[in-house]
Amino acid sequence: MNASYGIKSWLFTKDHKRIALLYLATITFFFFIGGIFATLIRIELLTPKGDLVSSDTYNKLFTMHGVIMVFFFLIPSIPATLGNFFIPMMIGARDLAFPRINLLSWYLLVIGGLFAIFAMVAGGVDTGWTFYTPYSTSYSNTWVIATALGIFIAGFSSILTGLNFIVTVHTMRAPGMTWFRLPLMVWSNYATSLIQVLGTPVLAITMVLVFCERTFHIGIFDPALGGDPVLFQHLFWFYSHPAVYIMVLPGMGVISELISVYSRKAVFGYGFVAFSSVAIAVLGFLVWGHHLFVSGQSLYAGMVFSFLSYFVAIPSAIKVFNWTATLYKGSISFATPMLYAFGFIGLFTIGGLTGLFVAALGIDVHVTDTYFVIAHFHYIMVGGTLMAYLGGLHYWWPKITGRMYPEGWAKLSALIIFLGFNLTFFPQFILGYLGMPRRYHAYSDEFQVLHVLSTAGASVLAVGYLLPAIYFVWSLRYGQVAGANPWKATGLEWQTPSPPPPHNFEETPVVTHDAYDYSTTVGEVIEVG
Amino acid sequence: MASEVHVETLAVREQFDTASQQKNASTLGMWVFLITEIMFFGGMFLAYTAYRSWYPNVFGAASRTLNATIGAINTAVLLCSSYTMVLAVRAGQLGRRKTIMLFLVLTIILGFVFLGIKGYEWWEKFEEHHVPGASFHLEGTPLQGQAQLFFSLYFAMTGLHALHMVVGVGIMSYLLYQTYVGKYTAEYYTPIDVGGLYWHFVDIIWIYLFPLLYLIDRHGPKP
Repeated sequence: MNASYGIKSWLFTKDHKRIALLYLATITFFFFIGGIFATLIRIELLTPKGDLVSSDTYNKLFTMHGVIMVFFFLIPSIPATLGNFFIPMMIGARDLAFPRINLLSWYLLVIGGLFAIFAMVAGGVDTGWTFYTPYSTSYSNTWVIATALGIFIAGFSSILTGLNFIVTVHTMRAPGMTWFRLPLMVWSNYATSLIQVLGTPVLAITMVLVFCERTFHIGIFDPALGGDPVLFQHLFWFYSHPAVYIMVLPGMGVISELISVYSRKAVFGYGFVAFSSVAIAVLGFLVWGHHLFVSGQSLYAGMVFSFLSYFVAIPSAIKVFNWTATLYKGSISFATPMLYAFGFIGLFTIGGLTGLFVAALGIDVHVTDTYFVIAHFHYIMVGGTLMAYLGGLHYWWPKITGRMYPEGWAKLSALIIFLGFNLTFFPQFILGYLGMPRRYHAYSDEFQVLHVLSTAGASVLAVGYLLPAIYFVWSLRYGQVAGANPWKATGLEWQTPSPPPPHNFEETPVVTHDAYDYSTTVGEVIEVG
Repeated sequence: MASEVHVETLAVREQFDTASQQKNASTLGMWVFLITEIMFFGGMFLAYTAYRSWYPNVFGAASRTLNATIGAINTAVLLCSSYTMVLAVRAGQLGRRKTIMLFLVLTIILGFVFLGIKGYEWWEKFEEHHVPGASFHLEGTPLQGQAQLFFSLYFAMTGLHALHMVVGVGIMSYLLYQTYVGKYTAEYYTPIDVGGLYWHFVDIIWIYLFPLLYLIDRHGPKP
């Protein structure tokens, strides 16, 4: 990976590992931009009156927070960085099937991001990240088109990444690497790719239609011409509900890896965990209507969508139970990545269970558009995906850089993030249940205590995110040299030097064992610094 | 990039072990891409289906004003272009450079013929005041809004299709140039094969657009 130097060797690289690092830098940048918006939102909500920003500015803040975090951080997060780096290595390949397309998809994300940033700088956009019509097409005077164009372009980045992974997993596996010897990280990213490939084009055409409606007023979402604004919601959620699984499925793959390596055991029920990823991908396409319970959808459609939404709980629960069963009689070590894995399991479970609340027709009418929904999806997106992403980043950091991160600081920040997260978002469940609506910058006095708690939690959380940013950079120079396999893990990516050579392996590996075969290394305890 | 280990030739790129692995990857990649294209067009097909079933009479009346004869001629042109494309792929299999070029040129010409006829149809719509906007007017119905909706979808769908045709002609021109400089042989003609898949896909989209927009309810009652 360090075969050549200079800015050109990075900007024109076709090496999947370098492209992964380009992505890492890019999404970290977007994460902090999105974080700044979140900070401003939380500061505004300290007091019941709208005193820091006007309501118009507040609308722009939560819109830009959502757009940046969803489309420019969470969607590319794990697949484009950890997936890009490790999927070829995990299957014993020299690179992805289409290295140039891989580089193109990074450029597309950057160009899409530039459009979004242009929209922010030029004056922002205030429609909410969901762009509901007819507000976004007929009424909003903000930079809807630039933002939609940015999302359209970033969407193609996501499509091409998914396409690349699917083709790579199908055609590039090393000799002996059968489908049921694939690490679960590969299975979950494969399932994610299916969603990216099938769902994202629908978002793209939806953005095209919004563009046409706003520019030429073609009437497709305008009731005055016989169009239907709810059609937009159907099209939008046909992508954006599955997109939730684009964000969380790769996280589940990371957790499967972490649980296995730090309990020195094969994942319990490998086949079930593998197929539950595919099941989530498929079921994810059948539940979009649960976002339309209060949009005038027929009651029968609502009941069917509610029923189908409950089905998603089954494969999700299979994963959680199987991870827990993997721990049983395992030789567990509490290294930093494992702390994140535990955090994920707990927070994802809370997020998932509250998902059942909002999938129930009656309760959803009560909590729709309240902080309950906000808390629910932040438990999945931040408590789930972000915890898994950080866990994975710590786990593979020694492989990526050849250096260990400082274990003490890392454990501390994992703890800070867990506490800060819960303090930020748990009060929001209560706020929402009590009736505090989302997207308001002023509220009644009775909600202030809970909002202050939430803002305090957000400050703690911010410290927790800044720490890794500092010590990861520090470790590049001063970290302990890691060696090829500091965790004594079984995956192919650990059977090659750290950082890996340009073609990953000195010679193409031949696979003779199942994934997670710890039978030969049982009882070995991982040294934790 | 360790080129001393894997020499990068046009035939087999460095990430692949064998030529057949590379061909499988390219072909699968194009199929997956075409699936994304189906989902992309799918959003518009969905919108069209929903509104057609809501407003069958106005959509029927609007649809009957389309020129089905020209549409049918254009369908024939596209089917012929798919035939010449298949012959180009076959020539690629046999490694006959000049034959490949002949059929690619024919395919490109037929593509331009299709686009020309399509352009003429759009110009007709403009003359008839059937382009959505201030001067829009459709005879015989008070529901001008819904009639406009039909034509909005007509322009959006045929426009997106035509855009794909333009891209297709671009791809064919690139393949023509590559064939001219002798890049393709009987052992390596994957780009022609994969480009052909794309061309047939664009053809098939039209095969669905033509009956949906022009033919359904052609002889139904007047509004």
